[in-house]
Amino acid sequence: MNTTSTFNLDSEDIPFTPGQTIMQAATAHGTYIPHLCWHPDFSAHGSCKLCTVKVNGRFGSSCTIEAQPGMEVENRTTELDDKRRTLVQMLFVEGNHFCPSCEKSGNCALQATAYELNMMSPHFDMFYPDRPVDASHPDILLDFNRCIMCALCVAASRDVDGKNIFSMGGRGLLGRRVHISSESGKLGDTDFAVTDRAASICPVGVIVPKRKGFAVPIGQRTYDLAPISKQVKETMP
Amino acid sequence: MNASMSAPRKLRVATTSLAGCFGCHMSFLDIDERILKLLDLIEFDRSPLTDIKYCGPCDLGLIEGGLCNAENVHVLREFRKNCKILVAVGACAINGGLPAQRNHLDLRDVLEEVYQTEPGLSHGGVPNDPELPLPLNKVHPIHEVVKVDYFLPGCPPPADAIWKFLTDLLAGRTPTLGHGLLHYD
Repeated sequence: MNTTSTFNLDSEDIPFTPGQTIMQAATAHGTYIPHLCWHPDFSAHGSCKLCTVKVNGRFGSSCTIEAQPGMEVENRTTELDDKRRTLVQMLFVEGNHFCPSCEKSGNCALQATAYELNMMSPHFDMFYPDRPVDASHPDILLDFNRCIMCALCVAASRDVDGKNIFSMGGRGLLGRRVHISSESGKLGDTDFAVTDRAASICPVGVIVPKRKGFAVPIGQRTYDLAPISKQVKETMP
Repeated sequence: MNASMSAPRKLRVATTSLAGCFGCHMSFLDIDERILKLLDLIEFDRSPLTDIKYCGPCDLGLIEGGLCNAENVHVLREFRKNCKILVAVGACAINGGLPAQRNHLDLRDVLEEVYQTEPGLSHGGVPNDPELPLPLNKVHPIHEVVKVDYFLPGCPPPADAIWKFLTDLLAGRTPTLGHGLLHYD
């Protein structure tokens, strides 16, 4: 019996097991589909839309669409990467992404994805939203300026740590943000620990350990070594 | 008549630093002896390297820094008016950069703290000499005010990226940086 089915992704046959999404199958095969809110350890959130592909001619999120035998999927086409670049540019102008002073620079999925998509400018007018940092926790700094609302910290704190410390709240472009479950709204008033899964899940520079910035020199950081598309892994930090 | 008899016209290039730190200009000079090759192909108009005060008609304008005061806007418009191709060089020109870190603060509060209330500073009062350009309420990247043809990111862009960009452009190719040369920090 034929136990492995395949679908076609940019003229490449990708094997999958029933129930796998396009993203899961491509990742297992080592093929990069741009994404920010998806993580192999967690159920799909489907919010960033960066992993949008064309399935049999129609747009869809590859992190939520189950692979089917014989599907024709377009991924790294000029059309799709142009749209993805626009999405990333919108993320850059909606936050305060000042890479030169960010501890995450060189290890940041947003930055590396922007490089991958050849983003040369934010294109749109900047918002410069006011997003105060939360330095109340002894070991962890929260810099919300860099948040892209991927909600991975929400999933990690809820599903792995069992603490429900983070949640998404608010409405609108600049009103929506991550909330902390303590009465004061401060991370220092929760039982958040540096060993929590949520402490290492952030793909950008929001949840960062204190006293550890800039430990790896420029040139040796994760995405200095190779572009994000060449570092497809089924397990991620 | 015979094109091969006369050297091709050198392209005129102007550069300036608006709300920047001159780091991008320093990185430009880090192309080292390659600047001699470059000078076979270009000549400088207004630039900190020539001390020419006003920009004449140019082929290429390189802008470092964003817009933090009224003079920055005047200079930028002068460059846009005179340069066929305008390039935003470095983080500040592209997204406001370090000067834009003041954007979530009230300008009056910033000036009063620096010049009047902060302990340890001279408390000489907020400068109001009419020759001083007025600060803008917010710092802006240059593409919010004029059309920008190319962007060269980095803080600063590495010399090799500047060299790659300029040699691509001078050779008539679309400038591309690629992994290792394209970075925002």
